[in-house]
Amino acid sequence: MNGIWASTLDILTSYGSMISLAGVGIFLIMAVNALVAVYFERKVSAFMQDRLGPMEVGIFGFKGGKKFWGGIGQTIADTVKLLTKEDILPDSADKKLMILAPFIIFIGAFVTFIGVPFSSVLLVSNFNIGIFYIIAMSSVGVVGIILAGWASNNKWSLYGSLRSAAQIISYEIPAGLSLILVVLVAGSLNIHDIVGWQADHRWFIFHSPMAFLAFFVYFISGVAETNRTPFDIPEAESELVAGWMTEYSGFRWALFFLSEYANMLIVCILTAVVFLGGWLSPMAMFNIFPESWLIFDGIWWGAFWIMFKAIFLIFVMMWFRWTFPRLRVDQLMYLCWKVLIPFALVNLVLVSIWELL
Amino acid sequence: MSEVFFILIAAITIASAIWVVFSSNLIYSAVALLFTLFGVAGLYVFLYADFIAATQVVVYVGGILVLIIFGVMLTNKIADNRISHSSRPRFMAGVISFFIFVLVMTVIFTTTWHTGEEQIATATVNTIGEMILTTYLLPFEVASLVLLAALMGSALLSRKKHG
Amino acid sequence: MYQNFAPIIIFVTIGLLLAGALFIVQSLISPKFNKGGEKLATYECGEVPEGSAWIKFNIRFYVIALVFIIFDVEVIFLYPWAVVYKSLGLVAFVEMMIFLLILVAGFAYVWVKDDLNWVKLSVKYGKGRYSELAAKEESSP
Repeated sequence: MNGIWASTLDILTSYGSMISLAGVGIFLIMAVNALVAVYFERKVSAFMQDRLGPMEVGIFGFKGGKKFWGGIGQTIADTVKLLTKEDILPDSADKKLMILAPFIIFIGAFVTFIGVPFSSVLLVSNFNIGIFYIIAMSSVGVVGIILAGWASNNKWSLYGSLRSAAQIISYEIPAGLSLILVVLVAGSLNIHDIVGWQADHRWFIFHSPMAFLAFFVYFISGVAETNRTPFDIPEAESELVAGWMTEYSGFRWALFFLSEYANMLIVCILTAVVFLGGWLSPMAMFNIFPESWLIFDGIWWGAFWIMFKAIFLIFVMMWFRWTFPRLRVDQLMYLCWKVLIPFALVNLVLVSIWELL
Repeated sequence: MSEVFFILIAAITIASAIWVVFSSNLIYSAVALLFTLFGVAGLYVFLYADFIAATQVVVYVGGILVLIIFGVMLTNKIADNRISHSSRPRFMAGVISFFIFVLVMTVIFTTTWHTGEEQIATATVNTIGEMILTTYLLPFEVASLVLLAALMGSALLSRKKHG
Repeated sequence: MYQNFAPIIIFVTIGLLLAGALFIVQSLISPKFNKGGEKLATYECGEVPEGSAWIKFNIRFYVIALVFIIFDVEVIFLYPWAVVYKSLGLVAFVEMMIFLLILVAGFAYVWVKDDLNWVKLSVKYGKGRYSELAAKEESSP
């Protein structure tokens, strides 16, 4: 009996199973994130349009109705609905690729989370190349998007996927250029070093006027890379039905959805880590409370702050959706190549001069 | 343990590379290339080249593979459902590949390889940065000229057909 | 160092297993009715699909991908530079400015030659209601 316990404990504490547990945990985070974000999105859009949003489906008897928690079981019901949907692959589609494509997108988003910190210690792998790993892995999803659009053999899907691919790869450049500002100042790609610099000095967004602008350049590019409104032309409902997701149904579609909301979370956490101090408490910055316990620092508070910042940014993304009209394809490319990229380049040069002085 | 991973990654790389060559459907070749490129990135990791591995993913998977798929989709045969290529002059191809194979093998077996202690590198990015700004400054600046030429060339070529 | 990267393999396995398990759940509980005919046609606004979707598309997408790769490589060169920038100082600044200037020249070239414009308006409005629009639209980007 003792031996079995010891060996079970061995397996549980060994490196591989720790990582496996982390993997299951991150899968759950992705699922919960999608569930909560969909509910949040519905409620936020309802609030912004002065309506009520979901109010019928409750959970454990909490129906809510017109109260603010109304319809809290809606997304759970939606998940069950998606799981019971009939799985349809069109006759004329390339079935193998159509099955493969959601997995590429999903695995791309899932593997990115290895480098994404949820707190100073809640980080699966602390890479030396930190943010560069996140950039690298989040660029994999494009391949899945093109394959999904092409395999469907549907005109809407093809146009949607081509637009999406062109948009995502284009906006990677201003995003990368803005992140280089941070690397230049912190002198490292490692996430701990970057947050460490911000702990020693100040949040990066307040480093210089250029860094302040770089935050906006990065966040706009991030919104574009996640294909959110106002940059949602790849899946513009009124124009392309559902873009590259048109032919997908049931759980295959759910995987796309999961990855899309996971990408939103990744972009928002990365923005929070790089520009908004990551797991640092905002109280520490103002230094108004001399007592250290009022600063709310520490591992768990760190996880709270990083998620607080990320969720606030997700809220801003939803806010965008009901504020800005959708851009046209040519306006989208104009904004990227002729506004954001020159802007980011000039920004980079100015910051390198600033750092020399 | 790392040997197991190494063999796994090498097997994936080689198997998918063979698939790239033998698949008769160009899109499937492109998909197989995805796994090959990831495998190569994995091999870079085993050489302690983490930055190069991530670069491999960014440039090859996120850029060049997308370009290749776009290129395949732009081919003329795309309308008739089966984008396939036939390999007709098999004999000549076989002879040429055999000679290349022999050449590569001779080079591999006649070169005296430097073998030594495994050196554990920690931060490769700093080293790369210092190298390109000091020792290899000229190749670095020439690289920008190469990129410039590539940019202008691609712009020129794409414009020729498309008014 | 490569121990850091080992989670990737584990994560890929777990991701495939979990997503695969959910697919099995779906295949167990989802309805399986007689499929065939129009039900399996691709969606084209309710019409019978007209031809294949595998058509040649606008070459602009290809050009954007080409220009992207060049800028992507440039951005990647900037990362190691940025990491050592503080330790090397002015030398690094001057060297990278030369690198960037050469590339900005290329950027200016494609900009001036209109390669970054998505749509080249070649539509000419005929005589009639919209003819006065022609002059206005051609001048805009």
